[in-house]
Amino acid sequence: MELLYGHPKSLNPVQTKYCPGCGHGTIHRLICEVIDELGVQERSIITNPVGCSIWSDLYFNFDSVQPPHGRTPAAATGVKRMLPDHLVICYQGDGDLAAIGTAEIIHAANRGEKFTTIFVNNAIYGMTGGQMAPTTLIGQKASTAPYGRDATGEAGMGYPMQVCEILATLGGTKYLARGSVNTPANVRKTKQYIKKAFEAQMRGEGFTMVEILSPCPTNWGLGPCEAEDWLEQNMIPFYKLGEVKNTLDAAAIGGAK
Amino acid sequence: MAEEKRLMKGNEAIAEAAIRAGCTAYFGYPITPQNELTAYMAKHMLDHKRTFIQAESEVSAINMVYGAAATGARSMTSSSSPGVSLKQEGISYACGADVPCVVVNVARSGPGLGGISPSQGDYFQSTRGGGHGDYYHLVLAPKSVQEAADLTFEAFDLADEWRMPAMILADGLIGQMMEGVSFPPMRDLKTLPKKAWAAGRQQETHRPNNHITSLNLMPAELEQQNLARFKRYDVMKAKLQRSEEVNTDQAELILVAYGTSARIALGALQMAKAEGLEVGLFRPITLWPFPEQKLSELAAKGKRFLVVEMSMGQMIEDVRLVVNGRCEVKFYGRCGGMIPTEEEVLAEIKRLLGK
Repeated sequence: MELLYGHPKSLNPVQTKYCPGCGHGTIHRLICEVIDELGVQERSIITNPVGCSIWSDLYFNFDSVQPPHGRTPAAATGVKRMLPDHLVICYQGDGDLAAIGTAEIIHAANRGEKFTTIFVNNAIYGMTGGQMAPTTLIGQKASTAPYGRDATGEAGMGYPMQVCEILATLGGTKYLARGSVNTPANVRKTKQYIKKAFEAQMRGEGFTMVEILSPCPTNWGLGPCEAEDWLEQNMIPFYKLGEVKNTLDAAAIGGAK
Repeated sequence: MAEEKRLMKGNEAIAEAAIRAGCTAYFGYPITPQNELTAYMAKHMLDHKRTFIQAESEVSAINMVYGAAATGARSMTSSSSPGVSLKQEGISYACGADVPCVVVNVARSGPGLGGISPSQGDYFQSTRGGGHGDYYHLVLAPKSVQEAADLTFEAFDLADEWRMPAMILADGLIGQMMEGVSFPPMRDLKTLPKKAWAAGRQQETHRPNNHITSLNLMPAELEQQNLARFKRYDVMKAKLQRSEEVNTDQAELILVAYGTSARIALGALQMAKAEGLEVGLFRPITLWPFPEQKLSELAAKGKRFLVVEMSMGQMIEDVRLVVNGRCEVKFYGRCGGMIPTEEEVLAEIKRLLGK
């Protein structure tokens, strides 16, 4: 009998440490479903970042390499260059990617490194306790922005960064998409983006990234259901969903079907 | 059979030795006085169909090394003092995750931006675990272009054997100087040690997952990991201490110096001998583990020591720890990129001997 739905082989059958309503669990599962569908579990390596998802080696049932905060794209560069036939997943949060590791992501993307970045954007620092992230929205409160993010006023906190759009200007980037895990429909679309990115990586096309808007109810001070709504009403209008850049080889995509 | 000698700069000799040792991944960032090393790697690594990346920073370069080495590749970076400071975070992670790699420091003068002239001011940083946490790593100090090549070649084997970064601590003089050098033959990559702990190629053996990480949030477990690592350090201290001695039997006064300053000390020793003064030289080759056993034997014989460094006095602290008050330990040093002359060292020898 054909198995239509079940627990992905690439995902360990353990309860997560993540908070109720956190998006990491769903994102982990999507990654693992795609890996199983591509049949590359034993050729997959995740570089897991500093942040809540530091524990991804508990959840992903394949090899991992854990670099310092923000250096994830540099370490993933080293891994992928040595193992070009492997699926290398550079998992990063918004602090890791867009603050401390800005140089690393820009240059890895610009070199067209052939790994896939999964960029989890929850507009806040999770593990350290709700500090302002580079992606925190204007007016959004954080423990280090107690009166809300103030771009140009006295506090001078600057503007939220739209990472897909920034990276889209770089020649090395081939596929940049932004999904969300706040509704079942968005989860399904996000999985398609991940699959396209992973397939492009295995064809060796260039830098691929899927940014995923993800709720952090704990640090947003909201219940899990309220957090899904807050994401819909506040994040999606600013971080527009869809494929921001797609210069993948159309013939190769057709051929893969 | 050794090949014919070639006239090369130290920086280029280190690079060629690394290629011959089976380095398949080099990541670097420009900084004087080690730029010839990176340029040599750019040409020759690509010619050998190996990986070369000019990274966006020293921070990225060491983390590319970490990623490549985590897959089992022989991986290397090189820099000079301010750049090596930036690499310390990555070196700490490599030590914490037991990832072998080779880091070359063609040291210059500091602190801060300092200058580009040779210095030995990075001894503390190199030998004390320059980043955060409890750790040490191998440190090898060449005195010549030939020894720089030999130690670099060997550093890859030592790093793999002891699963830690191995640092070559040279200085701008050794990097820039040209001398005759011969190389061992190219290592066949197929004969390099297999690394069952490395990430990747799981499909070949279907082994359990490998996780390359320095994270452990359980204090009791992390303590055990550190204790195990320090047991390994003890074995290394027993097996790997290396030093060179000149005339230490006859002499009452022994110069203690490494790298470039050891060559200058040797010149001063020879000048002293011509004047009928018996002086010895003790040259540490491994700075970590420090050759405390041999030095301690000399201290037990009641020798006097004059430590000569291109710094304000850093290695002298290790000498004093070994000597432990048993005999006199004096210091002569220049810093800021100034290099002591043989005449200056001779004058200090004579002053100490009352001649």
